[in-house]
Amino acid sequence: MKITLRIKRYNPEVDKRPHWEQYEFDMDPTDRVLDALQYVQWKIDGTLAFRRSCAHGICGSDAMRINGVNRLACKVLVQDVAPRISVEPIRGFKVLKDLIVDIEPFLEKYRQVLPYLINDEPPPEKERLQSPEERERFDDTTKCILCGACTTACPVFWYNSEYLGPAAIVAAHRFVFDSRDRGAEERLAILAQKSGVWRCRTIFNCTEACPRGIDVTKAIEEIKRQIILERF
Amino acid sequence: MVHRHDAVIVGAGGAGLMAALQLAGKVDVAVVSKLYPMRSHTGTAQGGIGAALGNTEPDSWEWHMFDTIKGGDYLVDQDAAEVLCADAVEVVYFLEHMGLPFNRTPDGKIDQRRFGGHTREFGQGPVRRSCYAADRTGHMILQTEFQQCIRRGVKFYNEFHVVDILIENGRCCGVVAIELATGELHTFHAKAVMLATGGFGRMYQVTSNAHTLTGDCVAQVFRRGVPLEDMEFFQFHPTGIYKKGILITEGARGEGGVLVNGLGERFMEKYAPTMKDLAPRDMISQVIYKEIREGRGVEGKDYVYLDLTHLDPQVIERKLPDIADFVRTYLGIDPTQKPIPVQPTAHYAMGGIPTDIQARVVIDEHNTPLPGLYAAGECACVSVHGANRLGTNSLVDIIVFGRRGGRQMLKDLQELDFAPLPNEPEARAREEIEHFRSGSGTESAHAIRERMQSVMMEKCGVLRSAEGLQEALHTIQELQSCHRNIKLTDRGKQFNMELLEVLELGYLLDLAEVTVTTAIARQESRGAHFREDFPVRDDANWLKHSLAYFADGGIKLASKPVRITRFEPKERKY
Repeated sequence: MKITLRIKRYNPEVDKRPHWEQYEFDMDPTDRVLDALQYVQWKIDGTLAFRRSCAHGICGSDAMRINGVNRLACKVLVQDVAPRISVEPIRGFKVLKDLIVDIEPFLEKYRQVLPYLINDEPPPEKERLQSPEERERFDDTTKCILCGACTTACPVFWYNSEYLGPAAIVAAHRFVFDSRDRGAEERLAILAQKSGVWRCRTIFNCTEACPRGIDVTKAIEEIKRQIILERF
Repeated sequence: MVHRHDAVIVGAGGAGLMAALQLAGKVDVAVVSKLYPMRSHTGTAQGGIGAALGNTEPDSWEWHMFDTIKGGDYLVDQDAAEVLCADAVEVVYFLEHMGLPFNRTPDGKIDQRRFGGHTREFGQGPVRRSCYAADRTGHMILQTEFQQCIRRGVKFYNEFHVVDILIENGRCCGVVAIELATGELHTFHAKAVMLATGGFGRMYQVTSNAHTLTGDCVAQVFRRGVPLEDMEFFQFHPTGIYKKGILITEGARGEGGVLVNGLGERFMEKYAPTMKDLAPRDMISQVIYKEIREGRGVEGKDYVYLDLTHLDPQVIERKLPDIADFVRTYLGIDPTQKPIPVQPTAHYAMGGIPTDIQARVVIDEHNTPLPGLYAAGECACVSVHGANRLGTNSLVDIIVFGRRGGRQMLKDLQELDFAPLPNEPEARAREEIEHFRSGSGTESAHAIRERMQSVMMEKCGVLRSAEGLQEALHTIQELQSCHRNIKLTDRGKQFNMELLEVLELGYLLDLAEVTVTTAIARQESRGAHFREDFPVRDDANWLKHSLAYFADGGIKLASKPVRITRFEPKERKY
């Protein structure tokens, strides 16, 4: 099928500001939008820059705005967004070139919430025991691939770059509700700060944007409730 | 710019991060990767990590060792398999202690499921050995290791693409990398270097491998004189999504899924009466090709069905949620209602950079180590996978040998010092890059890549013959000379992805040449290497590892013996 692919381009070595470029070509309806970007890069304009790796929605490299909503380019089929497809970088981070943004500030927020198991008790010889129910409690948030689609879909984050953002809160949730973890108090104190969960206005953009189907807003609400429970 | 670190690890996947965790806080260690760590391909591993915990039924690491050796069609070094399977048990507990969220049994232990080629009592029947976290075990391993690296303050150089390994006077002294964001070259001067860069499945047309799996450092050390071992053995996973190559885990068959041909027959029953759909991958992929060739593909086409429709939908949603999502997204099919069209997909390189069981790179048939250089994971060949890797054993490999390699580096660093860098360490890399950036070539990189992938798929894939392989060799060599004459449209420095892809294509072509050359030489069928003109295994002549050296005027071949300790080679039956 014939498609018109519009890409927001920016090359810092040449351009003063971003601009749109348009390409028309044929794609198979079941190709991915990523395949269409790859087509442009391989056959039309080799200067196009974007990140990609696994191409099936697990590595999290290719989050971008496709027809105005945050998606992974490898998880959207051409037939579902054709014939006019517009692609631009995710919002809220500095654009480095074309669709590539600076994700260092994103990772900095992730590191702030202590995203690792904290338990300094000596481990048993075998595994620490955990019931299937305890494991299920935090299953949803273990799915996060750190693609950034949620955080960069959040209007609160757009206007307040200090806000930790949904992805970092999801990472915290994964440990706060893990029965093996002992760091909840420390983590919840960070999440209760001014830049933490209370900035969330339950807009649900994050939940809609998540390519892994994580109930992000619910996770944020559960953290809010946990902070209140621990305080009072 | 020159950076100095005691230890430099190239690659931030499961093996590299595990090595980094051994060194963190004890020596100055840095991880250099062309991707951000959480993008590494370990994250896509699905079905599980094999370890004889015996949590749901009796098991023993010796049975695991036997399965690994038999699965590898007896080309496995048995001392290495012993280390792999014995260490597997404690490394799985180590991962759990670091926070890995495994699925659990009702009594709170790590849950385990069946997987291809894993048996009880030396082949008596299937055993539950795969420790899993739904169908995202690799994702959880990668996340857990990355998180622990953050906790321990490991230094990362993200999006630094290594383009040369510095080997001077018989000693590795560092690596050279391009910083993607600036296009600048950086030299990393190190006492010890570990390569953990994964595989190179992108030489094939249909593959489960990420775009970035291009064998960069494997080709670089080869060009620097390190031999490559057993490169003719490339695994095709039987169940890739038709045409797209995306993996459907063997765990789907472990949970009860079956393969069905165009006549609706469960054809694996004919070929592997005991293990059926859980026979090893090489065997099933070859059988699928046979069924298709004999006209029993679905609707006469080149695919068969993986049928999960008889399983409890809850099992699919809870234990295989990601693959259910892939099938819905890419095929528009509900796997609880309809069978999934699958075909074998290029998946895993059994061969690679030869190492000993301490992950030290060894450079000849006497296993002489190259001081300062280590390798672990898919880029390495220990050899624990022999001629065909068992499912779950790649995750075991990266964790066991990543850890052993890290520990060995720590030990060796007490003796090793900074070897002097060559006078102009970046000269070779700069020359290669400038050749493309300032050249006036005419060839299209994309056209070269497509031809390479298609000839490798058709002539050097699941079924091979002398005639087809010769044709492939001819094509690859022609493409290598075209590659020198590639036209680059991006002459810029920042994020010049086109330039990086051209370099990657060069690495793939070199590795394709080695793969084809060693496949021509091996006149027998063993594991994943099936020669239609030599259809049986020939232990008298070929029970040996191949070594391929880069030499003027072509590739020089040699061999080294297989280490056999406990299990004498036998005919493989499942």
